Amino acid sequence: MALYSEKVMDHFRNPRNVGVIENADGVGEVGNAKCGDIMKIYLKIDGDVVTDVKFETFGCGSAIASSSMATEMIKGQPVSRLLELTNKAVVEALDGLPAHKLHCSVLAEEAVKSALKDYYDRHGIEYDPKLLPDVSCDACHV
Amino acid sequence: MIYADNAATTRMSRTAIDAMLPYLEEEYGNPSSLHTIGQRANEALTAARETVADCLGALPGEIYFTSGGSEADNQAIRSAARIGKARGKTHIISTAFEHHAVLHTLKQLSAEGFDVTLLDVGPEGMVTPEQVDAAIREDTCLVTIMYANNEIGSIQPIPEIAAVCKARKVIFHTDAVQAAAHIPINVKEQNIDMLSLSGHKFHGPKGVGVLYCRRGLQLYSLIEGGAQEKNKRAGTENIAGIVSLAAAMKEACDHMEENIAKVTALRDRLIAGLSQIPHSVLNGHPTKRLPGNVNFCFEGIEGESMLLLLDDKGICASSGSACTSGSLDPSHVLLAIGRPHEIAHGSLRLSLCEWNTDQEVDAMLEAVPEVVRYLRNMSPVWRDLQSGKSQFILK
Repeated sequence: MALYSEKVMDHFRNPRNVGVIENADGVGEVGNAKCGDIMKIYLKIDGDVVTDVKFETFGCGSAIASSSMATEMIKGQPVSRLLELTNKAVVEALDGLPAHKLHCSVLAEEAVKSALKDYYDRHGIEYDPKLLPDVSCDACHV
Repeated sequence: MIYADNAATTRMSRTAIDAMLPYLEEEYGNPSSLHTIGQRANEALTAARETVADCLGALPGEIYFTSGGSEADNQAIRSAARIGKARGKTHIISTAFEHHAVLHTLKQLSAEGFDVTLLDVGPEGMVTPEQVDAAIREDTCLVTIMYANNEIGSIQPIPEIAAVCKARKVIFHTDAVQAAAHIPINVKEQNIDMLSLSGHKFHGPKGVGVLYCRRGLQLYSLIEGGAQEKNKRAGTENIAGIVSLAAAMKEACDHMEENIAKVTALRDRLIAGLSQIPHSVLNGHPTKRLPGNVNFCFEGIEGESMLLLLDDKGICASSGSACTSGSLDPSHVLLAIGRPHEIAHGSLRLSLCEWNTDQEVDAMLEAVPEVVRYLRNMSPVWRDLQSGKSQFILK
């Protein structure tokens, strides 16, 4: 299907980092089954580095591809870099998404940040709440 | 490739293609022209009209060629509304799960002051004649109910509903785009006043359809500019398309009984096999459904990803998921039969025709459970259902 770029299809067909991390250091889940997509990200953090990351996604092709790409982008990165992840960067890494699918990349960004927030909260690490606001389902307006 | 999206469109038959070719090549005349080649085109038009009329149990003069089912729906509904309005009747009855060609036209009429009642279709996607009878008012000018639903395939009790409308003296229109040339329809015996159909749903070409309008019922044109179709549809006739539609329709009607038997057997085997998938449900009526329609919801997964994976396996299917509709809401049809949003997102429609084979059904019965399993394994929704953190909706 020409709806998606080769990159999107590659990450959809061969998603990277699918699964669960037992005893994860941070877990974030965003989206709503009513809207048709939910993403869950698990982080394993050692020192200041994201040593492992896994995801589970209920959603369309671009939702799965966006999650997969986002996990690739943060794996092995310093924790502080996660704050810099944007949906735009995910879209660019995927060689673009159709306009009505952009919310999938937003969900991916939000899932990562939600997992990061969970990590900070659990470990009593202070952060600027403006950088990690509570996620609402703004993208889908249901 | 396994093509299982025949409700979206069909591959043209050899008969339909062969019928069309002469009118693209040597017989290119305009039926309105007086010269020989024009008149030959006119004769072909007349013959096509007779063929279509025969297939529907109508008179040739009651057949109007249009650009397709959507135009026919628009024209039928607009005409009945105009007739009604002239008599002070501005109430229209339809159902919640019509095609958008009907629903959007009704929405516009609603904005123009019409009062529209959309009947519930129940969990199996069926409307009853009693519901229609109860909904008809003094000021009802039109009842428009589809013959069979395009997504879930449920076949409505059209003869009974039409009989109610006749008794109550209300115009009855049916969108028969999915039903025509697939199941027996006789507009006279079934008291149908207006009916829409489309050529490409039965191996005919795209861009051509039919509006049947009972003699004596006033039709108003949507397109002005010429005397074609008895002044009801301006524009030089799509002769190649019309001739081809008629040929496809005749072929389908001539073989209807055997096609129904063959396709129903394929359908029922597919339904029986897919029903084995846990936490799934068949959408639509178990028996009163189009011969080729199979529609399931699978809990815990989303439809578009199913379609993409099936496409990778060479299977063409369709879904009522929001992601495939380009909107945020899943199919209005699945919502109308009471499926919750999260279940409706996980729908899959496989629509068969007489060219599908037993081997293809086998292949689909292998591929679909595999895809469902794969997607469930990466779904956080499925994990929560499995762990008991949330409750299954589907058994």
